[in-house]
Amino acid sequence: MDLSFWILQFLNAMQYSMLLFLLSIGLTVIFGLLHFVNLAHASLYMMGAYIGISVAALTGSFWAAFFLAPVIVTLIGAMLYFTLIDRMRTAGPMNQVLVTFGLIFIFLDLVRMGWGDIALGLDGPQSLSGTTRFLGVDYPAYRLFIIALGLGVMTTMWFILSRTQIGAMIRASVENTDMAAAMGINVSTLFFLVFCFGCALAGLAGVAAAPILSATTTMGITILIPTLIVVVIGGLGSLEGAIAGSIIIGFMETFGAVMIPSFSAVLTYVLLAVVLIWRPQGLIPARG
Amino acid sequence: MEKYNLSYWGTIVKTIATKLALVTGLCLNLGFSMISTASAETKVGLLLPYTGTYAALGNAITEGFELAIEEAGREDEFTVIVEDSEMKPPVGLAKARKLVYQDEVDVIAGVVSSGVLGAMRDFIHQSQVPLIVANAGNNLATGENCSPYIVRVSFSNGQINRPMGTWLAENGVKTIYTLAPDYAAGHQMIDAFTKAFTAAGGEVIGSEFTPFGQTKDFGPYLTNAQASGADGIFVFYAGGEAINFVKQYGSFDIKTPLYGSGFLTSPLYVEAEGEAAIGVRASLHYIPTLDTPENKAFIKAFQAKYNAMPSEYAVQGYDAALALMAAVDNGGVDRATLAAQLPRVSYVGPRGPLEIDPATNNIVQNIYIYDTVMENGVLTQKMIDTVPSVRDDAAGCQM
Repeated sequence: MDLSFWILQFLNAMQYSMLLFLLSIGLTVIFGLLHFVNLAHASLYMMGAYIGISVAALTGSFWAAFFLAPVIVTLIGAMLYFTLIDRMRTAGPMNQVLVTFGLIFIFLDLVRMGWGDIALGLDGPQSLSGTTRFLGVDYPAYRLFIIALGLGVMTTMWFILSRTQIGAMIRASVENTDMAAAMGINVSTLFFLVFCFGCALAGLAGVAAAPILSATTTMGITILIPTLIVVVIGGLGSLEGAIAGSIIIGFMETFGAVMIPSFSAVLTYVLLAVVLIWRPQGLIPARG
Repeated sequence: MEKYNLSYWGTIVKTIATKLALVTGLCLNLGFSMISTASAETKVGLLLPYTGTYAALGNAITEGFELAIEEAGREDEFTVIVEDSEMKPPVGLAKARKLVYQDEVDVIAGVVSSGVLGAMRDFIHQSQVPLIVANAGNNLATGENCSPYIVRVSFSNGQINRPMGTWLAENGVKTIYTLAPDYAAGHQMIDAFTKAFTAAGGEVIGSEFTPFGQTKDFGPYLTNAQASGADGIFVFYAGGEAINFVKQYGSFDIKTPLYGSGFLTSPLYVEAEGEAAIGVRASLHYIPTLDTPENKAFIKAFQAKYNAMPSEYAVQGYDAALALMAAVDNGGVDRATLAAQLPRVSYVGPRGPLEIDPATNNIVQNIYIYDTVMENGVLTQKMIDTVPSVRDDAAGCQM
């Protein structure tokens, strides 16, 4: 267990954290702004992976899949928004959860019909195959790419939210929707745009994860629980919360698996329970 | 008022009459179908997962089962009732009850998960409905908890892995690190391997069980396995977990060779693993490249019907149907006679010679050690060695 071992495990933890971040940030921002619990977010992640695989098969290029899959997932999200989400906005959390939970099963069966039950793989880009020397260890290049992608999205999100006018509008709407509308912000358009952005991130996470995790019909449901835990631990609706939550869970699961494997499955749930008792609003909740 | 009353009553009478007619019709229909069933047909309940992690396995077994019956031209003799076990023990048990009490099947075939088999065992034993196990490898079902009503045509978890333990130790592998999902099958597979490998002089220097169905990133475990400095890594994973594991093993460029229970690189999904699967050495009871006339004929028929290569799962479904038909031919007409005939089945199938061991009701079959190789741009299986007629010891089984 020398230093290079710990660097490897650190990178493993970072890679998993970034994947969780890409998923939870979309979920949490949609919740923070729209006060809408969209459990079908996990299905959009699955759609991102499957659509990515199909696009890659048709075009023969991973990068085409990487850029097109989020766009197509956004279109699916937009359709959902106009047919269901927008109508359910005032229906209360219980109805929202029921409807979007039902959507999970609809998407699951759609995927089974379209792509079948056998897990599918997606080959990463040739330029990122194999390992690269990084921090003195050989690490899979594609995993480094995921870490970079997550950090890139993180920085961009932070910049947009804290340094641009649209970010100010979003923050204003999160804190006080009525007041923001009174100040001349077109809140419903803003909601729609943010929802689409969240869907695009879910699609991006799906297609980015496919070369590592392969696409299965259960991938949406299995990622949903860790994602919800990240959002609850971090604090619903906040960017900082999603960052903190995904890093905590990513590192806890990875190092739990390394050091106390028999307890690793329980650790995150213990943390969830502790946070819910000690800080029910999450570690870094959104204001408002 | 009177008129209204009359027509009112008239309507009621009409409604009642129609309903009565419908009910009588239904009864007649039901009676008719029951009579025809009792006279010639054998009712088979196919209990398999069609949703969840192992849905693809359930589908492959169904394909093999249907092919065998169709090939024999005996579709009219068998009524197949399909139920989804959802791979959940309580659901599997409930569906088994439904098949026995409501559908009144003569025999149940299927069961993919060892957990579902464990949950169903006592019910099958008490209701005395024969069960042809077409996948679940739970050692206990043909060991300590064996039953004259449970016959297995697939494999036992020990049967697949014991020969590999001995073989690796005899072929120069001295130390091994093991990994498997943390559930019944994972533990049984690794236990059987470890015992045989240790008995033949090898040493297992590290072992971990990963949370079943929750582990997506095997990176931390792979890093641990590599750091252990073992000569090889031996694992059991199946389905989606196998794909993730092999791909991630490949992406880390690990120099330690990967060995496994053959489900790791099953022909069913090895394509999804891609180049990472090349060079993985594993043991299994069937590989599609077996050079026997029985296997060639089977592959030809399977490809003609499904336009795909068969996997070991399809063969298990195929053999479940062959065993059932053989039992019927030998005089199995109802639950009791089928249960008596099933353990006497023996023939040469796609996977080679096979018979049912009367001591345990488990199958006796060859285990093949094979490498996954790339040939003409397609991943295929290259046979390395055959361990003939592998038989489980009775392990506490008393019929």
